[in-house]
Amino acid sequence: MTDYPIQDPKRTNEMPTKSASFPKPSSVQIAPGTEAAQAAYPYYMQFAPEDDERFWFYNSMHFPEPMHVFDMVTAEAAYCALGSSNTRVHCLPTTLGIDYRIANGRVYIGGNAVTDPDEIARRTEEFQKRAFYYYENWERLYDEWKTKMRALIREAQALPPLSLPEFEPLENVHAGKGIASNHYLLDIYHKTLEGYFRMWHHHFEMLLLGYGAYMVFFDFCKKAFPEITDQTIARMVAGFEAEIFRPDEEIKRLARKAVELGLDGDFRDGLSANEILASLARKGEAGKNWLDELETSRDPWFNVNVGDGFYHYHRSWNDDLTLPFSALPGYIAKIKAGENIDRPVEQLKAERQKLIDGYRDLLGTDEERAAYDQMITLACRVFPYVEGHKFYCEHWYTNLFFNKIREYGALLAEHGLLEDAEDIFHLSRYEVEQAIIDVMTSWSNGSPTRGAEQFKAKIAERRDAIRTWAKLESPPALGPVPDIIDDPAIVMLWGITRENLDVWLSGPADADGNEIRGFAASNGVVEGTARVIKSVQEIGRLKDGDILVCQVTNPTWAPVFQKISAAVSDIGGSMSHAAIVAREYGLPAVVGTGQATARIQDGQRIRVDGARGVVTLLG
Amino acid sequence: MVRGASLRFSAEARQLVESTDTISWFADIGLGDRPRVGGKGGSLGELMKAGIDVPPGFVVCTGAFEAFIRALDAEEPLRAPIEALDPNNLASVGAVTKAIRDRILRAAMPTDVEDEVQTAYAALCADAPNAPVAVRSSATTEDAEDASFAGLQDTYLWVIGGDDVSTMIRSCWASLYSVESVCYRRRHDFPEKNVAMAVVVQRMVDARTAGVMFTRSPTTGDRSVVTIEGAWGLGSAVVSGEVTPDRWVIAKLTDEITVRDISNKHIKQAPKKGGGVEDVELPDESARAPSLSDQELIKLKAIGQSAEKHYGRPQDIEWAVENGTGKLYLLQSRPETVWSSKEEAPVAKPQSDPMKHVMNIFGGRR
Repeated sequence: MTDYPIQDPKRTNEMPTKSASFPKPSSVQIAPGTEAAQAAYPYYMQFAPEDDERFWFYNSMHFPEPMHVFDMVTAEAAYCALGSSNTRVHCLPTTLGIDYRIANGRVYIGGNAVTDPDEIARRTEEFQKRAFYYYENWERLYDEWKTKMRALIREAQALPPLSLPEFEPLENVHAGKGIASNHYLLDIYHKTLEGYFRMWHHHFEMLLLGYGAYMVFFDFCKKAFPEITDQTIARMVAGFEAEIFRPDEEIKRLARKAVELGLDGDFRDGLSANEILASLARKGEAGKNWLDELETSRDPWFNVNVGDGFYHYHRSWNDDLTLPFSALPGYIAKIKAGENIDRPVEQLKAERQKLIDGYRDLLGTDEERAAYDQMITLACRVFPYVEGHKFYCEHWYTNLFFNKIREYGALLAEHGLLEDAEDIFHLSRYEVEQAIIDVMTSWSNGSPTRGAEQFKAKIAERRDAIRTWAKLESPPALGPVPDIIDDPAIVMLWGITRENLDVWLSGPADADGNEIRGFAASNGVVEGTARVIKSVQEIGRLKDGDILVCQVTNPTWAPVFQKISAAVSDIGGSMSHAAIVAREYGLPAVVGTGQATARIQDGQRIRVDGARGVVTLLG
Repeated sequence: MVRGASLRFSAEARQLVESTDTISWFADIGLGDRPRVGGKGGSLGELMKAGIDVPPGFVVCTGAFEAFIRALDAEEPLRAPIEALDPNNLASVGAVTKAIRDRILRAAMPTDVEDEVQTAYAALCADAPNAPVAVRSSATTEDAEDASFAGLQDTYLWVIGGDDVSTMIRSCWASLYSVESVCYRRRHDFPEKNVAMAVVVQRMVDARTAGVMFTRSPTTGDRSVVTIEGAWGLGSAVVSGEVTPDRWVIAKLTDEITVRDISNKHIKQAPKKGGGVEDVELPDESARAPSLSDQELIKLKAIGQSAEKHYGRPQDIEWAVENGTGKLYLLQSRPETVWSSKEEAPVAKPQSDPMKHVMNIFGGRR
C-alpha cells in the first residue's frame, strides 16, 4: 500500500501556516514505573519514531479512560473493520483507514488521507459503484443487516459454557467423538474473538455512508442558513423509533406497571435493586406479575451498557440493575403526580415536519428547494441506521463478548492462574490464549498450571499503571497540525475540525477566562452545581438538579437525565445520541468542549448555555 | 405628555377629524397611496393594515405641499429659477436654493392647510395636549428611495406644540430644495412640477427600550433568523451609534434565542423637559442588564415576521417598547436591500441522481 502523507504538500506550500504543533509522539514520556505495562500492548500499536511526522489525536470520545490491555481488542477490531470498509469495501475517495497507537493507556488515532487527484478519481469511480448501491437499496440492506446481526448474536449466545469434566462424558466416547473437552476451550475462545471482529465489520458496514448522507444535509443547511444551530439540523433528521430509546421506555413501562399493580410503595429512593426485588418477591401475584414484566424488558432491552460498550467494566443493565432501578422511583413519582412521562412521539414528529417544511419555505429558489428535498430524503432514509446500530453492536453484542471472556476469567481463576476472574482483562488477548493453553495442558497431563506467578506480577503492575495513567493529563493531540482536516471519517465521527484544534492549542491561553466553549447541543440556560463524573462507576454521585460534567455523554445514561439539570461533555458532536437525549428531555447541553472535566471542579457552580455552547465557571 | 400613558390610536383621533386630501390618518392609507403620502407614510399605514401597532399619526399629504408651493410660486416664481439652474454651477445653485429655503421657512401655510394640520395635531394629542411628536419627511418618488435624494433623512423628534409642528413641516418641505437635492433633480432633468413631498406627524414613544430588528441577518444574509439590537431609552442612541446595543439572534422557526450579546450600555437617551433629547448616565447594574426580556424578544420577533410576511420580503425595522406600559411599537419598516440586491449562487442544485450529493462529503470538502 502506498504511504499516503497526511498533509497535501502542495497546499502546505501555498498556505504556510503558523508552526502550530502539539507535542511530538516521541516526546510523550511513559509514566515512570509503567513502562512494562505499556510494553504489554502489542508492537503494532506502539508509537515509533516515524510517527512524529504525523498528526494524531486522542480518541477520548470512544476511549475516555486508560485501556486495560485486553480491552484494546475493541480498538483492534473496530479500526480493522473501519479501515477495511473505507479503504477496500466502499473505497472512500479521499481517505483510507485510521491508524491507532497507545501511550500511557490512551488511544491516539490518525487518518490516512488520499491526496493524489488521480488516485481520488480512481477511487471515486469505485466508490460510486459500491456506496450508491447501498444508498439505493438502503432499506432492504438495513433489514438484512438486522437479520445478520440477530444471527450473529444468536451464534454468540449459542457458544457452549466452558467445561472441563474430570473424565470425558461416556456418551462422547461411545459416539466416537475423538476430541476431548479441553480442545473446545481454544475453539470457543477463537470463536468468541472471531465473532467480535465480525460484529465490528457489520458495525461499519453502513455507518460512514449513513453519517455521510447526514453530513451532506448538514452542510447544505449551514450554507443556506449560516446561523442555524446544529441541534436544529439534527432535529430535522432524528428518528423517534430508534432502538436506543427503547431501554428508557422499558423503565417507564415498568414504572407504570408498578403503579397499576399497586407496588409503587416498594420502589423508594435509596433501596438497592436487590432489596426491591426481595420485597417484590413477597408481594404474591402482583409481585410475580411485575417480575415477569421485568424479564420481558430485560431480554433484550436491558442489554445496554452504562458506558459506550468499549470497556469490559461498562456492565449492562442486565448485569447490574442499579441504574434502571435507581430511575424507577423518579418515574413512579411522576406518574403518581399525574405527569405524562410518555415520549410525545406524535408531537415530536409534527414538530420535525414543521421544521422541515419551514426551512424549506425559507429557501430562496425552487432549485434549492429541489436539492433540499433530495438531501433530506436521503438523510432521513439512512439516519435510522446511524441511530439504531449501536444497540445491536456496542451494547448487545459487546455484552455477550465481554461476559464470555469473563467466563474464561473464572476458568483461569479456578485453575489457579488468576486471583480474581476480572483480572483476565489485565492480560492481552494473546496472553489469555497462552493461559488457556496452560489450562488445557494441565488438564491433559494432570500437572498443575504454570503461569500463576508471572501473571500475578504482571496484573499487579498493570493495575497500578492504570491508576497512574488515570491521573495523567493526556495531550488532546500529538504532532504537527494539518492545514485542514479533510478526512470525512474524522470530521463525521469525531467532529474534529481545524477550528477545534486551534481551540485545543489555545486551551491554556484562555484558561484564565471563566468560559469554556463547545458545541451547542441542546437549548436552554441553567445554573447549578457541577458533578464531574470521570468514570461510569461514579454515576451514583449525581444528585437531583446537578449538572453532569463528563468526558463523554452516553445515551444509555438516558434515565439519569431525569435527575440532572444540564449536561456538559469533553467530546461529542451535536448529532450524538447524548445531544438527542438531552434535547428530548429539554435539558441544556454543551458537548465537545475538550476540557470541561479538566477545568471544572466537582461541586463548582457553573452556568450552562446550551444555545450558545458556552459553560461559565461561576465560583 | 403624560409619562407612561399608553399611546392612543389614530382610530380615536379619526373620530374627531376625517382624512382629507391634505391630512390622512395612518389607518386610512397604505402602500398604494405612496404618490400622495410618500413611502414612509404609506409604510406606516400598511403596517397598521397588517395589524401591527405603530405610534398613531397622520400624513400631511402632497396636496398640502403643492398648495403651499403653488401659493409661493404665484407670489414670486420658484420653480422656473430652479429649472434654469446649471447643476455644475454650485455657487448659483447654492444661492438660489438658499433663498428658496428661506422663503419656505418664513412663509405661512395657506390658511386652510394650516387649520387642517392644527386640528389634526390637536386630535392626535387629544389624550395629552401638546404631546411630543416626530415630524418626518416622506418622499414620494421611486428615486427618493435613493439616499442621495434630498429630504430622506429629515426627521425632527420630540416636537412639542402646534407652532413647532408647523415649522418643522416647512423644514421638511424646505429640505427638498437642498443643494444636493436640486443638483440631483437637475442632472436627471426632473420636472419641478412633479416634485412633491409628504410629511409624517407621529406621536413619540417614550421608550424604555428601543432599537432595530432585521428579519434577514445583516451579517450573514440568513433568512431563517431575526436579529434584534436594542438599548435602554430612545432608539436614537442606537441609531447614532452612541451606545453599543444588546444583540440577540432568534431562530424564526423554533424561537430559540441562539445569540445573546449583552453589552455595557453606559448611557441612555431620554426626552428632555421642554422638548428635545438628553443623555442620561446609567448605573453599572442596569447598564449591563439585558434591555429586553425573553418574552419581549419572542413577541418582537413575531411582529417582525408578520411585517415581513405582509410585505412578502425581509424587512429592516425600527421599534420601541413604551415606558410604563411595555407596549411594543414598530416605528418604521423598510425592505432589506443589502442581501436582496446580491446575486446569489444557489447553495446547491438538484442532481439527476440524488445520491450524487454525497460526493460533496466523500469527494473531499476542499
